[in-house]
Amino acid sequence: MNAILTDTSAGPLSRRDLLKGGGALVVGFCIGGSALPALAARGDAAGPPDPNTIDSWIAVHADNTATVYLGKGEFGQGNTTGLLQIAGEELDLDMNQLRSVQLDTNTVPNQGATTSSSSIHRGGPQVRAAAAEARQALLALASTRLGVQTGSLTVSKGVVSIDGHPSRSVSYGALLGDKPFNVKFTGIAPQKPINRYKLVGTRVPRVDIPDKMTGKYVYMQQVRVPDMLHGRVVRPRGQGAYGDGAKPLSIDESSIAGIPGARIVRKGDFVGVVAEREWDAVKAARELKVSWKESATLPGNADLFDRMRAAKTTDTVIADWGDAAKAFAGAAHVASSSYRCPYQSHAPFAANCALADVGPNGALVMSSTQDIYNSRDMLAEVLGLPVAKVRVQYYEGSGTFGRSCYEDAAQAAAVMSQAVGKPVRVQFMRSDELGWDDYGPAHLADVRAGIDAGGKLVAYEYHGWQHGWMVNETTHELALLTPPKERTTGAGSIPVNRMSTGSMYAVANRRVVSHAVPMVGYLKGAPLRSPLDLSFAFASEQTIDELAFLAKIDPLEFRRNNIGDERWLGVLNAAAEAAAWKPRVAASSLSAAEIVTGRGIGLGTHHVSYGAAVAEIEVNRRTGNIVATRIYGALDAGQVINPALVENQIVGQMIQAVSRTLKEEVTFDKNGVTSLDWVSYPVLRFAEHPHVTPIVVQRLDEPSTGAGEEVMGATAAAVANAFFDATGVRLRQYPLTPERVKAALAART
Amino acid sequence: MADDLKIKVNGRLSPVAASPDTPLLYVLTNELNLWGPRFGCGLAQCGSCSVLADGVEIRSCVTPVGAVANKSLTTFEGLAAWYAEQKGLAQAPALHPLQQAFIDEQAPQCGYCYNGMLIKGSELLAQTPRPSEAQIRSHMDGHLCRCGSYPRIMKAIQLASTTMAGATR
Repeated sequence: MNAILTDTSAGPLSRRDLLKGGGALVVGFCIGGSALPALAARGDAAGPPDPNTIDSWIAVHADNTATVYLGKGEFGQGNTTGLLQIAGEELDLDMNQLRSVQLDTNTVPNQGATTSSSSIHRGGPQVRAAAAEARQALLALASTRLGVQTGSLTVSKGVVSIDGHPSRSVSYGALLGDKPFNVKFTGIAPQKPINRYKLVGTRVPRVDIPDKMTGKYVYMQQVRVPDMLHGRVVRPRGQGAYGDGAKPLSIDESSIAGIPGARIVRKGDFVGVVAEREWDAVKAARELKVSWKESATLPGNADLFDRMRAAKTTDTVIADWGDAAKAFAGAAHVASSSYRCPYQSHAPFAANCALADVGPNGALVMSSTQDIYNSRDMLAEVLGLPVAKVRVQYYEGSGTFGRSCYEDAAQAAAVMSQAVGKPVRVQFMRSDELGWDDYGPAHLADVRAGIDAGGKLVAYEYHGWQHGWMVNETTHELALLTPPKERTTGAGSIPVNRMSTGSMYAVANRRVVSHAVPMVGYLKGAPLRSPLDLSFAFASEQTIDELAFLAKIDPLEFRRNNIGDERWLGVLNAAAEAAAWKPRVAASSLSAAEIVTGRGIGLGTHHVSYGAAVAEIEVNRRTGNIVATRIYGALDAGQVINPALVENQIVGQMIQAVSRTLKEEVTFDKNGVTSLDWVSYPVLRFAEHPHVTPIVVQRLDEPSTGAGEEVMGATAAAVANAFFDATGVRLRQYPLTPERVKAALAART
Repeated sequence: MADDLKIKVNGRLSPVAASPDTPLLYVLTNELNLWGPRFGCGLAQCGSCSVLADGVEIRSCVTPVGAVANKSLTTFEGLAAWYAEQKGLAQAPALHPLQQAFIDEQAPQCGYCYNGMLIKGSELLAQTPRPSEAQIRSHMDGHLCRCGSYPRIMKAIQLASTTMAGATR
C-alpha cells in the first residue's frame, strides 16, 4: 500500500493513487468515511480549490450525509465540531450526517492559518455562507422534483418535504448524491435566522474525542510509511543569539561509525542524521561530534532587560488620545512602575514531528502546521521546487499554542528526504523543541496611570519594548544560509496591543507607545498563545489595581466605576459573581501566618473578545511557594456556537496562564538557551492545578469572536493582584517563582 | 544480536529485532505498531510513553527492551482486557471504564497525553478503587498535560471509580 511514497522518480507524486489508497495516509479526523468517490478529481491537482464554487466547500453523498471541506485545523480546541455545527445548522443536517476531511493542500479551501482564535471568528462565517448557499441549491432541486415553490418546503435531517405533506419528500442524497453542485459561491444566500437555531448554541460532544480515547486517532508522531528513514537534527544544545546561526566548523564522521546505517545529511549549515532504526538515529544525533563556531553574544537572563531598554528601537505611537501629560499633572494619585516579562516556550507536550517524501519532481510533506498553504510556500523555497509541486497534509500533533517547531521539523524532514531520496520522518527531541523554539518574546513595560480625587481614571500611558517574530524557519536559514529576517509589518515588529493596554476603561487621555527592539542578538520569536497579551495584562492590570489601592476602593468596584463598555462590565461581573466577591480594599487583611491567602481580579483580551478572571491563591511566606487554589474565568466571545467547547477553552487558558505566571521562563546564558527539559522548563503539574470555574457569557445576537486567548491575560493579572492582596507586596516580574517571592518579601522589611 | 529476545505485550509474546539497549517505546511503536505509547520527551519526565509492567506504570522511553523480557506488559490497547482480568470478568468490555469516563467527561483537549493519563489512572484505580482528590492529585502528578485538562481528568477518574464500584462479575 501507499507505494507512492517511495516512488519519487515518477514525476509529480501519483496523487490519485494516494487518495484512493486508504490506510494511514488518508486518515486523520475524517469522521466515519474514507475518500470520496464523487469528487475523484479533488486531490489530483495542487490546491487550493477554487473558493468561489460551492463544490470546494461541501459535498452531498448518496447516503444523505455531507462532507464539509474545512480549511481550519483541529488542534484539540474542538473547532471542527463547532464548524460542523454551523454547517449542520444551515443545511438542517444532524451532526451524525456530517464529516470533515484531513487538511491537504490538494483538497481543502484556503481559509488562512488556524491562528489567533480565528476558526469560528473568521472561518465560521465562510462555512455558514457556503452551507446556506448549498441549502439554497438543494431546495431549488427539491422544488423541481416535488413540483412546488421553495417557500413551501421544509427540511429536517437532510430530508426535504412539502409543508403539511410530510410524505411528499426527497432527501439531499437522492437529489444530489455524490454529484457536484456546479453552483457559484456568491455568499448572498439567505441564512437561517438566529431564533430558529437548533444546533448552534448547544453542547454537542466533540467529534474527535471518541477516536482519541480509543486509540484510533492518528497523531503526526504516529505516522509511518514504508521504506522510511528516521531522521534527527543535529544542533548545539540550545540556540544562541539570533543572527549568529549554528555553524559547524568540523564534523567527525568516525564518531558514529559504530552505528549501523547511520548517515549524516548536511546542507549549508544544516546538519542531520538518518538511520533505518529510530534508536540508531537518536544515538547518532547524540554521539555525532561536531565542533560548532562559538558565539557568546546573548545578554543572558541577567542583562536581558537592560539590553532591551538600551536598544536602538523603532518607536510607534499606537494610541494617543487627549493630553496624557497634562492629565497626569492634575491627577490626585499616580501609579507608575516597570514590569519585566520573560521569554516563554510553546513547549508542546509532544515534541514536533514531520514526515517528508521528496523526489526530483515533487514533494509530499506531512506536518502539524497551523497553515498548510504557508508551509507549502516555505517548503517550496527550501527545496527549490515550484509551489505546485509541493503537497502538504496536516496531522494533529499535541497542542501547539502558536508557532512551535512544526515548520522547522517539516523543513528538516524535507531537506533530509531530498538528500537521501527516501521518505524521512523527523522527530524533534525534547531539547530540540525547548532549545530551538521560536519563543514568545520577552517584554519590558513602563506603565503609568492616574486618577482624580473621585477615583476616576484620568490618564494612562504604556510604553512596551519587545522584538518581533521569525519570517523564515531555522532549517531554512541554516540550509540556504539566508540572512536573519524578522517580521516587520505594521509597527516594525509585533507592536503593543492597544486592546490589551487600557482599552477596557473609559479614560480620555491615553498614550500607548511600542518600542520595537531588533531581534538579532536575542532569541528567536514567534506568536505564543495570546501573543504578549499576557504580559500586557500583567503590567497594565497591576497598575489599575494599584490605583484602586491608592484610592482605598475595592478593586472590583474601582473597575466598575471606570469601565465604559457594557460587555466588559458583563464579564467582570460574571467572574466576580461566580467567585462570590465581597467588597474589600486589597491587602486590607494581612496576616503574619506562614501561609497567607489573597484574591485578585483582572481583565484581558486579545483582539475582540472580553475576558475576566478572579484568582484565589495561597502564599507560603517561608518557602515563597504560591498555590493558585481557585480561578474563575468569564469570556464574552459573542455568539458561542458550542458553550462546552468554549468552557474547555476557558479552563485550558486558566490552567496554562497559571503555569505561565507562576513557573515558565526560558533560561539562557551568553552562549545559549539552558532550559531544555521539563525540569529546567517547568510547567504546572497535576497536583498543583487550581479548581476552575469557567463562565460563558452567551450573546447569540453578536458576531462570534475568538475564544482561545482572552482569559490568559485576565488570569495572569488576577494571580498577580492576588499576591498583593495576600502580602501587600507587588511582584513586577513574572514568573512569580519562590525565589522572587522570598526576595520581594524580604525587601519589604 | 538479540535473536532470542521476546517480550510479552497485551498477553502476546513477540520477538524483538532491536538491540536490547533500545528503549521499549521504539520497539512498541516501530516493531509492534502500537499507537498507545507515544513519544513526548524521551526523558521519563512527562508520562506520554507509559505502559504497565506487571501492573506497575513504567516509562517506556527510558526502559531498555532487554530489561522487560520477563515482564507482562500492558499498553493502552490491552487495558480493557487487563481490567477484565483484574475484575474477573468473563469478557473484556470494549473500553476500560476510564476510557469511557474520558469520553463522557469530554476530558481531553488535544488528547496526546491521554495514553499516560489512562495508564496511570488505571493503575491508580486498580490499587485504590475509591481514591480521594488528594490521592488522585498525588498519583497523577508525574503526568503532564500542556492543554490544562487536569480538572476534567480528575472528574473522569472519579466517575470511573464510581462506575467500577458498580461493576460486578
